[in-house]
Amino acid sequence: MTELEAGRADRLAPVRSVSALQRYRDVLIALIAFAVLATLPLLTDSKALLDFVIRCSAYGLFATSLNLLVGYTGLTSFGHGMFFGLGAYSFGLIMQKLGVPIPVAFVATLAITALVAAVIGAICVRLKEIYFAFVTLAFQMLIHSTILSWASFTGGDQGLRGGIPRPAFLGINLANHVDLYVVSCALLVLGLLAMRQIAQSPFGYTLRMIRDNAARASFLGIDVWRAKLTVFVLAALFASMGGMVMALFVSGAYPEFAYWTISGEGIFINMLGGVSTFLGPMVGTVLLLLLNDTVTRFTEYHGIVLGVVILFFALGLRKGLLDFVAEWYTHRRDAGEGR
Amino acid sequence: MLEIRNLAKSFGGVKATNDVSLDFPDGSLTAVIGPNGAGKSTFFNLITGALKPDSGEVLLDGVDLAGRSPPEIVRHGIGRAFQVASIFKSLTVQETMLAAVSADQRTSAVLHKRFPLPETRDRAEHVMELLGLAGKRNRTAATLSHGDQKLLDIALALVLEPKVLLLDEPTAGMGPEERWRMIDKVRELWETQKITVVFIEHDMDIVFKIAPKIVVLCYGRILANGRPDEIRNDSAVIEAYLGTEHAGAAA
Repeated sequence: MTELEAGRADRLAPVRSVSALQRYRDVLIALIAFAVLATLPLLTDSKALLDFVIRCSAYGLFATSLNLLVGYTGLTSFGHGMFFGLGAYSFGLIMQKLGVPIPVAFVATLAITALVAAVIGAICVRLKEIYFAFVTLAFQMLIHSTILSWASFTGGDQGLRGGIPRPAFLGINLANHVDLYVVSCALLVLGLLAMRQIAQSPFGYTLRMIRDNAARASFLGIDVWRAKLTVFVLAALFASMGGMVMALFVSGAYPEFAYWTISGEGIFINMLGGVSTFLGPMVGTVLLLLLNDTVTRFTEYHGIVLGVVILFFALGLRKGLLDFVAEWYTHRRDAGEGR
Repeated sequence: MLEIRNLAKSFGGVKATNDVSLDFPDGSLTAVIGPNGAGKSTFFNLITGALKPDSGEVLLDGVDLAGRSPPEIVRHGIGRAFQVASIFKSLTVQETMLAAVSADQRTSAVLHKRFPLPETRDRAEHVMELLGLAGKRNRTAATLSHGDQKLLDIALALVLEPKVLLLDEPTAGMGPEERWRMIDKVRELWETQKITVVFIEHDMDIVFKIAPKIVVLCYGRILANGRPDEIRNDSAVIEAYLGTEHAGAAA
């Protein structure tokens, strides 16, 4: 649902009931989506399909969290992938070295991410546009180099090898493929629901104000710096969640997870799917992974094909796929209302 | 009461605001006029925290606000609208108002509830009615006419329920008829809301018609300060506007 529709929906209707309804509707959609995803293993034996959905969960969480920065706040981070890598490595290392239960490692990783994001964010969010983009990129490279050079701790360019232990908890055994699949889907749906709530909260509208006109927002009494730092940390948490799903999936962590190309893919996904709708990045994730998987099967020059697709979206449509659909829909509905 | 005491600001060697002291009693309506580059906008920027003064005091009900940040100053009750309408282009009129009330009620960082919060509704509604924007509530701000964007900018300042409202050229970029409509609106707001209004204006007809008090700035200094009839007959003002070059500097 676009913001335009949201504005239209509450025309003259009592605010309380409408905003409450929207929340129930989102929860309902999430439940249905989860139910559909969770029944998939009963309908198919295809391991490849389930793997695909798990990867979509990891990248979808990451790309949607990037959209909180890019689309909602106007903060174009080129280094968001560092939190994906940080999540994967922190989680993997905690499991390997400390052997704690998985939920404990999960929460501990989120805590570490929040701390690191707060420090890096405090430095970055004061900067404007291109400076913000490049300083975030610099921090990404810093984290990547640290992983490479601290080989005794991180395994260097070999990554975290030997597998990540996945002890069962609460009757869930993540070493089992279907269990891992269901948990990944649950994390995706919960993560998306939480990010949707952030986007539609009063804070979400504060972010939109900052994106449109940060100076004006400060003349309304909003502490712009604090709001930007808050969303920077929140987005990092969900990116880190994506990294953890990835680490569980491959049972390891590799320096590529923290390389700048991950951030690049995140930006690419957002361009493909579109940043003006909440689900745009999710659509972009599915598109990119589909493209990746099919194109690499047919040609070794997949880079060229992907490049052409980017050019088509950037120069041809000048927006992401879901942006395009949303605009087309709004246009049609307005025409239908007989204006 | 807003009291300005010995306010000064220089850019390099240029004294944009030079030892300005003024009183704006509660509920007063004052026009600030002056030739281009007289320091009118700088004066507003110093009061609202967009610029930090080199020296001097900005006292609102006795509290010195000079040099504080814009959010702090807004919270003390000094609201402003801008020369070029400063709005949120992708939000609708209604969303803009509701979000501004949220900011004023310090709920703009709330994460666990849905926007808009019920308690923001009445104030937003009230100000939209007041400025005649209620019929355009679902229009995206970017699609509004120039005049409506200026009104929305003023609505943004007004919805915070300020004690003092600073309007930087509310009629900038408008045609003659639209100008009068806008300024009638400003006057109406001043009369009904019982707030202190200070506005910058270039159109002398408008200024002399509606402002009970006029401040003339020239080269960062106060050239004259008084009722319209006093200003009209002030020799320094006549010279600055009609007379020789650098008349203001000499005065």
